[in-house]
Amino acid sequence: MNAREIIVRRAAQELLTLNDQSGYYVNLGIGIPTMIANHVPAGIPVVLQSENGMLGIGPYPYEGEEDPDLINAGKETVSEAAGTSYFDSALSFAMIRGGHVAMTFLGGLQVSAHGDLANWMVPGKMVKGMGGAMDLVAGARRVIVIMEHRAKDGAYKILNRCSLPLTGARVVHRIITEMCVLDVTQEGLRAVELLNGETPATVQAATEPKVIF
Amino acid sequence: MNKVYPDAASALTDVPHGATVLVGGFGLCGIPEEAIFALHDLGARHLTIVSNNAGTTEHGLVHLLKNAQVKKMVSSYVGENEVFERQMLSGELEVELTPQGTLAERIRAGGAGIPAFFTATGVGTLVAEGKEVREFDGRPYVLERGIVGDFALVHAWKGDTDGNLIYRKTARNFNPMMAMAGRITIAEVEHLVQPGELEPDGIHTPAIFVQRIFQCRANTKHVERRTVRKRTP
Repeated sequence: MNAREIIVRRAAQELLTLNDQSGYYVNLGIGIPTMIANHVPAGIPVVLQSENGMLGIGPYPYEGEEDPDLINAGKETVSEAAGTSYFDSALSFAMIRGGHVAMTFLGGLQVSAHGDLANWMVPGKMVKGMGGAMDLVAGARRVIVIMEHRAKDGAYKILNRCSLPLTGARVVHRIITEMCVLDVTQEGLRAVELLNGETPATVQAATEPKVIF
Repeated sequence: MNKVYPDAASALTDVPHGATVLVGGFGLCGIPEEAIFALHDLGARHLTIVSNNAGTTEHGLVHLLKNAQVKKMVSSYVGENEVFERQMLSGELEVELTPQGTLAERIRAGGAGIPAFFTATGVGTLVAEGKEVREFDGRPYVLERGIVGDFALVHAWKGDTDGNLIYRKTARNFNPMMAMAGRITIAEVEHLVQPGELEPDGIHTPAIFVQRIFQCRANTKHVERRTVRKRTP
């Protein structure tokens, strides 16, 4: 399995923590988080919220059944699940900001030991905009960042302090990488699970802040 | 009271230079494409455009950007558009990036006569710089302003000649808010019908928000990312 597959499969297991009390309404960010939809554990009645105005995203449509009026937040053609509803963008973000979404998965460029997230901009290089990410981190009840543990050039992505412009300050609850699962706690980052044969030593070497094992 | 215009060009003919124009759509889904083409052809310049996205490199608002008609864009996500990126990085185009939920609420608020509101979104980020932050119940919130436009351009599935609108699936997105917040709202519709033909309980945008309406001619729709699954026998 490559890093992305490890991350996505492990991330999908988070859905097992949902229950009738939390509700099963989940928002998947664009990019890698979208792939979690293909790995929802059996028996978990997850309902996917799409920020462009849809509750109940179904699978990709069969060839020939694509509808330009039916897309997800990543602008991919999708289909309706049973019980789908459509609504406008203000109502969609009322769901998100009003705390009605149980869990969101977002990609990340950097995460700090305090749970700060940066994922929308690299000054002078990449400016795509924050889309709905700032709203999601402010409003979803549980924020999980899924990303590769280090940058392609080996640089830390999990840092004492983010150097890139923030998406939100102190908003991340859990980080899932191909190496481990880290929780953001009062005491700092706590490793709750090591993945793919990693050890405390290898995880610590790949992480700037001190990790509690 | 006649709101019906024969086409986009006649409906948009008085959009002046320097106007603030609100444009519905998410990506290329639900964009008022014929109205955008008309705005391009009519040639108004120095426009401030409020729209969640700026189109792609080929479609949508990019036609106005290529034609150097846009002074400023207020958007939440502007990827997938090389023209936009070039104009922004060169300083040719002024850009106000706004979180998507804040953008939707700013427009909704503007249309509802609410000049400003507090939200937790963006606190502690660049978005909150220079804005009032106030604590409510122990949590900080940033003050955001409502948005009103001189014109709003929206795309609906069905509309009646009075201006009642119904959108289709995720093509609804920002269109209802834009319709509320335009001083003059111009709706392009795929099907223009007579009053009474739309189910009153199913109206998304009531006629009071719409000043002008016309039926689309071509009704071209674009798919940005075609994703499908194979049929298994």
